[in-house]
Amino acid sequence: MIESIRGRSLLSLDDLSKEAIVEVLDTAESFVEVNRRSIKKVPALKGRVVASLFFEESTRTRLSFETAAKRLSADVLSLAVASSSVKKGESLRDTIATIDALGIDAVVMRHRSSGAALQVSRYVPHVRVINGGDGQHQHPTQGLLDAFTIRQILSERHDTTGLESGASLFEGLRILIVGDIRHSRVARSDVAAYATLGAEVRLCAPGTLLPEDVKTWPVTVAGDFDDALAWADVVGLLRLQSERGSGAFVASLSEFTFSHGLTVERARCLKSDALIMHPGPMNRGVEIDSRVVDSSRAVVERQVSNGVPIRMAVLYLSVAGSREG
Amino acid sequence: MSNDDERQARTRGLAFTAKSQLMTADDVTRAVRRMAHEIVERNHDVASLSIIGLQTGGRAPASALASILAEISGQPVSAGMLDVSFYRDDLSRNPLVTSSATNIDHDLTDRTVVLVDDVLFTGRTIRAALNALSDWGRPRAVQLAVLVDRGHRELPIRPDYVGKNLPTSPDEAIVATHEGVWIGTREPS
Repeated sequence: MIESIRGRSLLSLDDLSKEAIVEVLDTAESFVEVNRRSIKKVPALKGRVVASLFFEESTRTRLSFETAAKRLSADVLSLAVASSSVKKGESLRDTIATIDALGIDAVVMRHRSSGAALQVSRYVPHVRVINGGDGQHQHPTQGLLDAFTIRQILSERHDTTGLESGASLFEGLRILIVGDIRHSRVARSDVAAYATLGAEVRLCAPGTLLPEDVKTWPVTVAGDFDDALAWADVVGLLRLQSERGSGAFVASLSEFTFSHGLTVERARCLKSDALIMHPGPMNRGVEIDSRVVDSSRAVVERQVSNGVPIRMAVLYLSVAGSREG
Repeated sequence: MSNDDERQARTRGLAFTAKSQLMTADDVTRAVRRMAHEIVERNHDVASLSIIGLQTGGRAPASALASILAEISGQPVSAGMLDVSFYRDDLSRNPLVTSSATNIDHDLTDRTVVLVDDVLFTGRTIRAALNALSDWGRPRAVQLAVLVDRGHRELPIRPDYVGKNLPTSPDEAIVATHEGVWIGTREPS
């Protein structure tokens, strides 16, 4: 168990303690305030170099990581993989060695292979590696920002602050995760964060889209989708990942929408104050109906805007912190 | 010791052991009241003052100063809180202190800012605060009020208003709250 990410790489949420997760959420509260200022910049990482290596396409994660690093005054080296030597067949190891030779303090990376971030952290042990998504394995900052978004909204409802509530609002909270769980790194990070914080997590998916090792996860599996929706305080939807071959696991998109899509009719099963979340990018009309996305219960935009403070918190703790402390 | 002090000490893995009490709660109240009068004496236009406490130790003395100033002058006094964690120059040398929120709801341009902290020691917190302030505008002047000045400055910084001057040795620890001032040691718990 990792008790704090200070001075460490962030590769997975599986081995973070509750205290380590709460520390990131608490630190992010301070950065929410920084992001409301007219000058949205603090000098905490002045003179540090953060490399952003996205071997797989991304819009929001990459933009919000780079925004976060810049708001901490770090210098950002951004590798555009499509126009780099990676296209000439350069290996991951050589690419990392080249970037390391330029002198960097941290790497934010996304890669299509599970375990790529861990591998890089072994190549360059003196560099802090922040996993921005590795294959089907983990997407830690997404899990953290989802937990942060839930805590933020629930603490507003309870007329308290996120800092005061710590992890208490997650105690017994019912969270349902629906859709392509098998291929989803977001689901794996979300489950780790929610379960560690004390929530009750339930999964609902067609049998083919459940992970094979689901018995080892800290979750229960729902039988009936409508019942599960009525049970949930929070519903997290996932993108059907056609690039990872999800198409072969469902009969057809409309079949999936019929059985596990959040349609307008289905959304009526939900509690009136239930939160609807989606990590994006959304397939509107597949896993979620457009009208549901635009309803007041959907907090998708909050998730996106919380991406920057959470990633500032992760970079700040990991890069500015010293492990001895 | 307040909860915040305890929290910060815990974050650093240190526990404070008091050796002796140097000021009682009454002494502190009197010192704060005297500093408020000194502030009015030097700044006739109380309406242009902004009393900014440094998180977390400066929070209580800043709100005490602001309310006494309002009482003396008969008009409301602008107050705020500033967290300087992200502006420190010793981030990589010391364990991070858990940050707490900054709350300044007005532009500081052309105002006279009185920074308030509990203990003035090396001056590095004040240096960080001066940098942070520039993100909120360009104050006409910045003054410094501290409950305790314990010496050992590492930067050319001096306080304008002091509750009490306490000569200390660098390895001693001082805790100053509205309940009193103690000298002691901090050791790993």
